[in-house]
Amino acid sequence: MKNKTDTPLTEDFDTQTLQINVGPQHPATHGVFRMDLTLDGETVVRLKPVMGYLHRNHEQIAENMTYAASMPYTDRLDYFNSMSNNFGYALAVEKLAGIEVPERADYIRVILAELTRIVNHISVIGFLLNDLGAFFTPLTYAFREREKILDLFEEIAGSRMMCNYFRFGGVKRDLPPGLLERIRTMMDVFPRFLDEFEALLTDNDILCLRCQNVGVLGRELALNAGLSGPMLRASGLGYDIRKVDRYSIYGRFDFKVPVGSKGDVYDRYYVRVLEMRESLKILDQALRQIPSSGDIISRKAAPFLKAPRNFKPPVGEAYGRVESPKGELGFYVVSDGSPQPWRYHVRAPSLINLTVLEDLCIGHKLADAMVILGSIDIVLGEVDH
Amino acid sequence: MIFGAGILKGMLVTLRSFVNSYFKKPDQGGLFTVEYPEKRLVAKERFRNFPFLVYDEKPEDPRCVACDICAKECPPKCITIVRDADAEGRPLKKPALFDIDLSVCMNCGICEEACPFDAIFMDHEFEIAGTERHQSLLYHKEDLLKSNGYFRQIRPSDAALIDARRKEAEDKKKAALKPAAPPEKKE
Ligand code: SF4
Ligand code: SF4
Repeated sequence: MKNKTDTPLTEDFDTQTLQINVGPQHPATHGVFRMDLTLDGETVVRLKPVMGYLHRNHEQIAENMTYAASMPYTDRLDYFNSMSNNFGYALAVEKLAGIEVPERADYIRVILAELTRIVNHISVIGFLLNDLGAFFTPLTYAFREREKILDLFEEIAGSRMMCNYFRFGGVKRDLPPGLLERIRTMMDVFPRFLDEFEALLTDNDILCLRCQNVGVLGRELALNAGLSGPMLRASGLGYDIRKVDRYSIYGRFDFKVPVGSKGDVYDRYYVRVLEMRESLKILDQALRQIPSSGDIISRKAAPFLKAPRNFKPPVGEAYGRVESPKGELGFYVVSDGSPQPWRYHVRAPSLINLTVLEDLCIGHKLADAMVILGSIDIVLGEVDH
Repeated sequence: MIFGAGILKGMLVTLRSFVNSYFKKPDQGGLFTVEYPEKRLVAKERFRNFPFLVYDEKPEDPRCVACDICAKECPPKCITIVRDADAEGRPLKKPALFDIDLSVCMNCGICEEACPFDAIFMDHEFEIAGTERHQSLLYHKEDLLKSNGYFRQIRPSDAALIDARRKEAEDKKKAALKPAAPPEKKE
């Protein structure tokens, strides 16, 4: 009896660490992803991510078909954001072939890319709350708003998620009549929804307790691991490719890059909320500036719409990157002058952001590991490509 | 803040959404889901699902000339075309076999874009589920052929554009043929 009061309880027993597998078929892993965890009690002492269950040989497939035929495959990388994937790939090939994009097409692209960002961030926050245990109520609110944007996508591109809408030198078709007004209507309602969402969450004590000081990512690590996107910005580094590269026409818009201070899960949540508000600002400016008519595909590239096999970029290489909602999405293409790329490589932000998972999770409880994974925002289609 | 205030606030938001869902318009927070098999949303005109072939007058004369371009451009290569031949074995300008494996098709719409003869278009049909996955999803020419009237019905503005373009091309062809006709008679 005396012994027990003197020493902590666990020292009486011969304890062992426990190794468990979470996934690949676990709802908390956001897809077919496995975490090989070693737990001491409830605390994570080791974590090994195991991936590749969704490997589809994307790069090799792309090297065996025409440049244009890879476009629908890029939709399937990060299936939440097919528009920004299209954007990245189109930029890379345009650089390679030296194609200019007409003004109106550029505006359409930016509008769609920002709508995609809203779709992505709103669903990520919904899923993050699912991981926290706020089952489905916030997620359904988020999906309700996402639905409206996906309806717009369907009207523009013909498909809700696999848009396949961008073409080298422009976009596939012009916007249907009246669509800009519909985007405007959606934008008028959206801030109200965001306010409500924030009222529900931002100051909520449960959310704060679960998220603040959990999974803190220091600047040093974030930089060394090559992270990008909201993950990096939540750690206080304001690096945004839209500002750094000013690709497409992003140089014309006035918007801020929100940064976090601590780099915990809460910051990663809040940076995303702020980014949505900035996206609305960009949308607002773009909708006001967009020319009401004009070419939607450059004259140089238009003939290749009908005959993709004749599209042979000159020998050379190009790297095109965009700030996708998840981070720096880059496409590297090497041409040997044939209709097929000689080398095609994707820099997938989900994959690189995932590399810090172990560092973030060690020392936290198992339940927090799920939340941290949720806050990294991965899509397995992109991780495994 | 008192502990539990967050829960109360959350409940209030939920209650408000619940009430709004019955009394507001769909884009203001009201209910906008439909009960699917009984009610259906109208498909958007550009909605694309699986391709189909068009014919103008009779299904025996499809617009398709079996040029094989769509089959070459299709990214997952799910189209198979065999050109028809007449009794002497000379190739005809129509397909004898036109198969699309819908289990492989990824609804990209590239076949529609690449076809130079406006012969293949994306359909709105999506209820194609079957109990067997090899034969029931392999669509043959007969399953794929649909009339131009159907195309006009599902995609009125696209059909109007394409019909106008085809008519113009035909008129030009006729105009070009007429002066060419007399010299033929002389010979
Ligand atoms: S559908 Fe069009 S592209 Fe395909 S074989 Fe027929 S005519 Fe050629
Ligand atoms: S929609 Fe795409 S995948 Fe399907 S048959 Fe046409 S080109 Fe092939």
